[in-house]
Amino acid sequence: MPRAIVLDPGDTVATLIDPARTGEAATLAGARSGTVTLSADVPFGHKIALADIPAGADILKYGQVIGRATAAIPAGAHVHVHNVEALRARGDVSGRAA
Amino acid sequence: MARDYFYGYRRDNGRVGVRNHVLILPVDDISNACCEGVERLVFGTMALPHSYGRLQYGEDLDLHFRTLIGCGSNPNVAAVVVIGIEPGWTEKIVEGIAKTGKPVAGFHIEGRGELATIASASKTAQDFVKWSTEQQRVKAGIDELWVATKCGESDTTSGLGSCPTVGNLFDKFDAKGSTLCFGETTEITGGEHLCASRAATPDVAAKFMKVFQDYQDEVTRFKVDDLLDSQPSKGNKAGGLSTIEEKAFGNLEKIGRNCRYIDVLGPAETPEKGPGLYYMDTSSAAAECLTVQAAGGFVVHLFPTGQGNVVGNPIMPVVKLTANPLTARTMPEHIDLDVSDLLKRRMNIDQAGEALIDMTLRTCDGRYTCSETLRHREFSMTKLYRSA
Repeated sequence: MPRAIVLDPGDTVATLIDPARTGEAATLAGARSGTVTLSADVPFGHKIALADIPAGADILKYGQVIGRATAAIPAGAHVHVHNVEALRARGDVSGRAA
Repeated sequence: MARDYFYGYRRDNGRVGVRNHVLILPVDDISNACCEGVERLVFGTMALPHSYGRLQYGEDLDLHFRTLIGCGSNPNVAAVVVIGIEPGWTEKIVEGIAKTGKPVAGFHIEGRGELATIASASKTAQDFVKWSTEQQRVKAGIDELWVATKCGESDTTSGLGSCPTVGNLFDKFDAKGSTLCFGETTEITGGEHLCASRAATPDVAAKFMKVFQDYQDEVTRFKVDDLLDSQPSKGNKAGGLSTIEEKAFGNLEKIGRNCRYIDVLGPAETPEKGPGLYYMDTSSAAAECLTVQAAGGFVVHLFPTGQGNVVGNPIMPVVKLTANPLTARTMPEHIDLDVSDLLKRRMNIDQAGEALIDMTLRTCDGRYTCSETLRHREFSMTKLYRSA
């Protein structure tokens, strides 16, 4: 079974330390236990959603905000640049998140 | 800790180096060819060609001088031949390096030509090599060791494995009185509150936030989207890092859990507040960052990588580590320490830190790193603005 590490109990994402395929259950380690069933193929080192994340919600890793969901992200989905945006270093939208 | 000493070269100013270079240092870009001529003639010398040094002014010129004088003064350097097109700036750099007490001599090309300059500079370089190769390593405590860090081509394994491994070493070395350095101002974005909280005093935190805000203002001034795709870089994204914030929190794992930085240095500045951790305002581009850290006087570098950055430095040995098993397998000639067992839970962070201490001290004793054996000598000036 693929494994995923959760760094902080409040995190909304886990990092896969094995590649995983759709339908596989990833075993959680670190700050959480249990499993999450993947709804997509996800490469080694990439993140998965631990629960449903609504569009516009903060993404939490290390117990810190690492970005915002640009779409609703269901539990078990791949979380990456296609559905997360940075809030910082954004000269194009300066002032929005300062 | 297995041991708390290493064998290095004690210099006249009391600092201890871990390498014994004789540098042929160009003041300016047009003196590179002359320096390389000396390097070709005299075995045991190393020229440091670079791209700048003409018509610079103000803060940018100050940084240029500070970088060259700092690199020449680094205790990993036994002696220096400085070559410039004209005598004024050449002498300025010679005088700066001479304060360390090490052998240094300047030569200029104007009025005599390059071939005559190569001849006279080579005679001096030969004397320096003969002298330097008689220097012996002596035992020194790790309280005399200056260690810098920066990560590159990071991915999610960096924040989970290789960066916390450096952090474990930093906490242990800090407690033993080493002098330590981290930086990468752009990559702190999103984690600046965490970084500020690691300052030793509110004044130091305020100094960090000023440096950090200056960079934020730069980004705003150019109205770029996500730093024009470079933060996170393509490699970062391929490795699973989604945002600059995520990258920042992984990056900050390098300073461990306990140590606090006691001052904020400008690029290429030398610490003056004694042993402890320092923040240096550096670029996040690997070669530029390492060059200003070498100029600050740091003698060994710890470089965690995820996807496999291959950078080296001509003055400091760069110890490269990765927690990405694929990188360790596909790029072994670049990786000095594989800590991918951390992710497989076959190794804990304390064991990884001890393995890094062992590799670092063996490197200080003289073992060549991967980047040294591959002749990685990236010497890259940080330029603040265009020349006149």
